[in-house]
Amino acid sequence: MTVINEVFTWLTDPAQWSGPDGIPVRTLQHLYYSLLATAIAAAIALPIGVFIGHTGRGALFAVNLTNLGRAIPSLGIIILMFTLVGFGIVPVLVALIALAVPPIVTNSYIGIRSVDRDVREAAEGMGMRGRQVLWQVELPVAMPLIMAGIRTSAVQVVATATLAAFVGLGGLGRYLIDGLSQRDLAQVVGGAILVAVLSLLTELVLGRVQALVVSPGVAGRAADAAVRAKVEKAA
Amino acid sequence: MTDGPTPVLAAELIRWSWVGRHLDDIRDNLVQHVELTGLALLFGLLLAFPLALAAVQWPRLYGPILGFTGVLFTIPSLALFILLIPFTGLQIQTALIGLTIYTLLILVRNIVEGLRGVDNDVREAAEAMGFTRARQLFQVELPLALPVIIAGVRIATVTTIGLVTVTALIGWGGLGQLFIEGFTLNFSTPIIIGIVLSALLAFTADLLLVGLQNRLTPWARSSGR
Amino acid sequence: MRRIRLGGAATAVAACLALLLAACGGGNDALEGGSQQNGGATVTVGSTNFSEQLILAQMYAAVLEKAGVKVDTRLNLGAREVVFPALEKGDIDLLPEYNGSVLSFLDPKATQTTSEEVNTALAPLLDAKGLVALDESPAEDKDGWAVTKETADKYGLAKISDLKGKASQLVVGGPPELKTRPAGLPGLKSVYGIEDFKEFKALDAGGPLTTSALNKGDIDVGRVFTTQGAIAANNWVLLEEDKPLEPAQNIVPIGRKDAMTDQVKQALNAISAKITTEELTKLNKLVDVDKEDPEKVANDWLTQQGLL
Repeated sequence: MTVINEVFTWLTDPAQWSGPDGIPVRTLQHLYYSLLATAIAAAIALPIGVFIGHTGRGALFAVNLTNLGRAIPSLGIIILMFTLVGFGIVPVLVALIALAVPPIVTNSYIGIRSVDRDVREAAEGMGMRGRQVLWQVELPVAMPLIMAGIRTSAVQVVATATLAAFVGLGGLGRYLIDGLSQRDLAQVVGGAILVAVLSLLTELVLGRVQALVVSPGVAGRAADAAVRAKVEKAA
Repeated sequence: MTDGPTPVLAAELIRWSWVGRHLDDIRDNLVQHVELTGLALLFGLLLAFPLALAAVQWPRLYGPILGFTGVLFTIPSLALFILLIPFTGLQIQTALIGLTIYTLLILVRNIVEGLRGVDNDVREAAEAMGFTRARQLFQVELPLALPVIIAGVRIATVTTIGLVTVTALIGWGGLGQLFIEGFTLNFSTPIIIGIVLSALLAFTADLLLVGLQNRLTPWARSSGR
Repeated sequence: MRRIRLGGAATAVAACLALLLAACGGGNDALEGGSQQNGGATVTVGSTNFSEQLILAQMYAAVLEKAGVKVDTRLNLGAREVVFPALEKGDIDLLPEYNGSVLSFLDPKATQTTSEEVNTALAPLLDAKGLVALDESPAEDKDGWAVTKETADKYGLAKISDLKGKASQLVVGGPPELKTRPAGLPGLKSVYGIEDFKEFKALDAGGPLTTSALNKGDIDVGRVFTTQGAIAANNWVLLEEDKPLEPAQNIVPIGRKDAMTDQVKQALNAISAKITTEELTKLNKLVDVDKEDPEKVANDWLTQQGLL
């Protein structure tokens, strides 16, 4: 198909890889919006999710937040913010943050909540007070789920940051919008491919980060728990 | 230099008189939104079941199916819709094909997980009792997989309700039309109404599905999801 | 109240099943729910997103209905890139258009400027697609350049040629195709001798992005449409076009040949004859600034003109 040819040509054209409109610049812009939004979202969402998990108050809210958060139309948010605030990065950030917060809250909550009672009691038995239990026991144990939440959010944010171009900013979404405007299908397809690749890379990279951040003890915990269960059954 | 949008708009967030005059339009948009969502889910389910059953029957297919659908999911929805236009024009198909693809991805995953989650013991017992494959599937495995499947339908529904708004950029959109109108007129009222209504729609749909789940799987209620 | 017709859910379901069974793309004619009604053909009037388009489309729909034609409206369809193909395909039958813009849309290298030249160049291009342009209106909504009052005062800008020598200090914003279209930035260079601007920001064509960016100072010079209500509302200065560069942009209904019956043509030509640029600007203001309903504004004006 000629479209595939055109797309290939577009992607491999050296002109595409240099200059202020080039793929590297646009990718960096895209990552900038995504990173900033995810970081701010995590800064907001983690304390909330952890607090709810640790104290148990507002559980229903935390559990359902992710599903309800999916209902927020990002396009609507960005358009609303643009209408209120005008041109700039704020509309994009608000929309992306709104998108990223729910999964992090829910996952952090579930993560903290799912810490084994025994572990918590053991910690308290060792003389740890509330906050120590939180920082030294609950958070490390909940890390896999917390990281999973951040990963989910990050990937969604990267895929949705294309909206920035809709309100005149940069990022890979520019290829979609400009391609549509210039009736250049190859550009639209090329842009879509780039975004998809970036999302997948984000997923992979954060997967690596997760493996690094989760303490080996916790990672091995699942195996230990299984062994313990078998031993208990036998006894 | 003047800062911010024109003063007229900054004065009020919702002009209720506009809302009153446009109830008809708003209702039409809402109906269109529900129709698009419903149709996308219907076609999504119809297509997801065979794919999921295939993946369960031939486990080697599962990896590729999951991978492929996972990749499709990262394609920005706007791009997908734009790409369909040269083929299917501005007809409802364009919006529906795009929406169905996204529901498909979510549903296949959940149906497979649900079916796989059925205890092997149960399956073996059914087989021992002489159930044919089909009977096993419909009378044993599917009912047991129902909670996970419906969880998937919940996610797909809410996600689709959000995605329908994007189809406004290709002439459809349901409540998303209100966003575009507010955007071009620099007018926040339709936008806010659109956001609130689509959030309410999603919330209601989710509640209804939870209710459905509870009625269909009374035995699962006590284990609490 | 003319609504956005979707057609029954049943039609849509049947349509989609047909799609699933058949190869994609074919057989579109049966699928536009609501268009096939018993008796005479329905004329579907489309429009893009902008208020002027909505007003004009409502006008067309109103007079056609008065003339006894069955009318369906599909408004707010999106940008021209999305809407014009719909016209070619038959999803809509009629669009309010601007002769110059359609010409450069169909022929990106076009350089004609006067109404006569534009119409002459346009006719065969439309014909090849089964489309026809009806009578044009004396009203024109041209592409222009606007700056804020402050910028105009600071740099002494009243006409476009005043930009020469100052452009390198200014940021310009407009639709993405501005960089390549003959009447866009290349034209400023070749006809006016204006040097490269400091920066070009791809926004939209006279839409909310350009408006906001211009007001906030993110751009200094913006691409606007000359009849926009925003110009007066924001106290911008529309730079005078002192050299011929922009093509004529007469309002003209463009429709599918098979849908443009004599009855339709008569009704629409009557409107085109009466609209003037000033009237159009006034109507735009009512919608853009006073937030009135395009349909109401259209109907009021038609009644005033004795066309309804």
